[in-house]
Amino acid sequence: MTYFPEEVVERIFDFLATHRDRNAVSTVCKTWYRVERLSRRSVFVGNCYAVRPERVVARYPRLRSLTVKGKPHFADFNLVPHDWGGFALPWIEAAARGCPGLEELRLKRMIVFDESLELLARSFPNFKVLVLISCEGFSTDGLAAIATYCRVLRELDLQENEMEDRGPQWLSCFPDSCTSLVSLNFACLKGEVNAVSLERLVARCPNLRTLRLNRAVSVDTLSKILARAPHLVDLGTGSFTIDHRAEAYHKLINNFIKCKSLRSLSGFWDATPRCLPAVYPICGNLTGLNLSYAPAIQGADLIKLIRQCSKLQRLWVLDCIGDKGLAVVANTCKELQELRVFPSDVYGEGIAAVTEEGLVAVSSGCPKLISLLYFCHQMTNAALITVAKNCPQFTRFRLCILDPGKPDPVTNQPLDEGFGAIVQSCKDLRRLSLSGHLTDQVFLYIGMYAERLEMLSIAFAGDSDKGMVYVLNGCKNLRKLEIRDSPFGDAALLEDVGKYETMRSLWMSSCDVTLGGCKTLAAKMPRLNVEVINEMDESDELEENPSDLHRVEKMYVYRTVAGPRNDAPDFVWTL
Amino acid sequence: MSTMSEMERSSTEMEVGYEETALTLGLPGGSRAGGSDQQERKHGFSETADLSHGSSGIETRRGGDLGDESPDCAASGAGRPPASKARVVGWPPVRSYRKNALRSCTYVKVAVDGAPYLRKVDLETYSGYHQLLIALQEMFSCFTIRDRRLVDLVKGTDYIPTYEDKDGDWMLVGDVPWKMFVASCKRLRLMKSSEAVNIAPRAPQ
Repeated sequence: MTYFPEEVVERIFDFLATHRDRNAVSTVCKTWYRVERLSRRSVFVGNCYAVRPERVVARYPRLRSLTVKGKPHFADFNLVPHDWGGFALPWIEAAARGCPGLEELRLKRMIVFDESLELLARSFPNFKVLVLISCEGFSTDGLAAIATYCRVLRELDLQENEMEDRGPQWLSCFPDSCTSLVSLNFACLKGEVNAVSLERLVARCPNLRTLRLNRAVSVDTLSKILARAPHLVDLGTGSFTIDHRAEAYHKLINNFIKCKSLRSLSGFWDATPRCLPAVYPICGNLTGLNLSYAPAIQGADLIKLIRQCSKLQRLWVLDCIGDKGLAVVANTCKELQELRVFPSDVYGEGIAAVTEEGLVAVSSGCPKLISLLYFCHQMTNAALITVAKNCPQFTRFRLCILDPGKPDPVTNQPLDEGFGAIVQSCKDLRRLSLSGHLTDQVFLYIGMYAERLEMLSIAFAGDSDKGMVYVLNGCKNLRKLEIRDSPFGDAALLEDVGKYETMRSLWMSSCDVTLGGCKTLAAKMPRLNVEVINEMDESDELEENPSDLHRVEKMYVYRTVAGPRNDAPDFVWTL
Repeated sequence: MSTMSEMERSSTEMEVGYEETALTLGLPGGSRAGGSDQQERKHGFSETADLSHGSSGIETRRGGDLGDESPDCAASGAGRPPASKARVVGWPPVRSYRKNALRSCTYVKVAVDGAPYLRKVDLETYSGYHQLLIALQEMFSCFTIRDRRLVDLVKGTDYIPTYEDKDGDWMLVGDVPWKMFVASCKRLRLMKSSEAVNIAPRAPQ
């Protein structure tokens, strides 16, 4: 293909849809490498410490869209100290210097300071899309900078961030000339916003299709907004609490009826059953529904609502839906692809809300189900085997039995056979989270059958090193492995050290690996960063030179071409 | 949801608050009623309270709700489930954002008919209706619990616990499961039974 002019090669590369394919063609020859890098518009960095930002920017100067992920996944569950790292600033600085044409930035689990947002806002005249997921470190002041300086902003999407509220002014910083917004999500903001500014902003953005309000936005304001923006496709309601004023309620219903394009609803903060009928007019069109922040909507009211949502593809609910409610889902939502059932009682001490019955019902009634997140109080092997038979097309299967290490309550057996059936039947399974009482046997099954598996989460499972070895030897496509509270030690860790260079990362906490084992791994594999995280409290006698036999509490291993990082805090040792 | 020590702590805190303010401003009941009636469990909703109580304190068996531990379980040494059901860091795997969002502010005002000012209680610190009543009894020390109501034995008046829910309706305390009550209660009012003619009856489902 060397006789094709480069413009033609570039056009051909345009047809490559995935990062993987583009990465692959860049390794063919020097010409292709050059063509690919100069025409690359979008880069995804799965681990911000795997490569230096300057290097990315130097290689792809025409970058328009950058996605970077920071902390390991278990940071979501408070297993990673807050100041472990994952700073956005170096990325924004490098892009400001090297890719002035940047239009989109997506960050997940990173620390983003207001100064970083200000730099971002001022550095890219064409900046259009900012998505921050599970980030922290910034405040509404940073948002004000984005609103003020990003003249052609299309998307501001804040999902589940820990952000400081410094007042409602930020929303008023969108200038009157800003009419380009397509998507605005500030649902995670804790404080008030100025209702008038919000209404005006909505009114002057005719292309607005996604709007997710926060808890502080009243139903009155929501009504007015719906009246101004009947073309919304995706709505996150605010507090959705209506008091006795019938007039407000009727206005709301009337405004909902006008929203013929509405396909996705979320929010419902503080919603009570009384308000639900307001959305009945549009239920029949909904493809997405998130009621997982509405604990006061239970039982019969929930069922009544779901019975009207026959087109649902994505449903997020709390476990107070019960097995009965899930049976209704199974009967009604024949298009369902993704189901998430969250625990309403987060410490898992309450009455059993959903069990294996609900899951079996959904698996049998919803033929298109491919993605599951299910928190329940118990699960049986028989149920899992049935689910595996009913739904061989699962790509994501995450089951969390709230009581760690709980066996099948009917047979008292571990759940090895059940999960084994899942991995054997679901040939396209890419993501799996295990729970319940599990022995090494389940890992034998996973190693044998889970060929497409990319991410595996293990907690309180396994008997011996053999378990982990089965997985490392068997799962050819494994990218991320995260393990907690399981009896895997140095022998397993060091069985196949080369494997870790084929993976993005390995996390192990409260397992049996020792400092010596980690040091050995680090010595053998220079292109891995082996991080040991030592959070010491005062009672700890651990000094500067702990013995190699000392068990390591938290270990994070990842491949990198950037070498050891230079921003690690004191308690993180890169061996 | 609350352990015994938390309950004791919250009672102590309420006593401290009471001492600071109550005596000089004349809350109903000047002196402590002797011997609170905590043994009385013949209440209509004590079953409700027990149902929603869930497990309190710490269980030491793995496999929690199961009957006898099977030999398989004990011998296999499988996994590393925590020895107690005491809260394990990061388990269940729910994001803090979600945990915080669902934990709405559960402090509610408590008004007593005839009292010059209100108190506040944190509903989350109680594991059920019975604990709530006990706390109210201790907060307004003239009261004794009798059959879902709070009775001022000295004055001979009794008070029915009612609450305003998120829809703005005034409801009788005790009808719905405890957790649903905590999620929907906006404020409490101890209503003199002589005024309680229009209490919302239990809503049919």
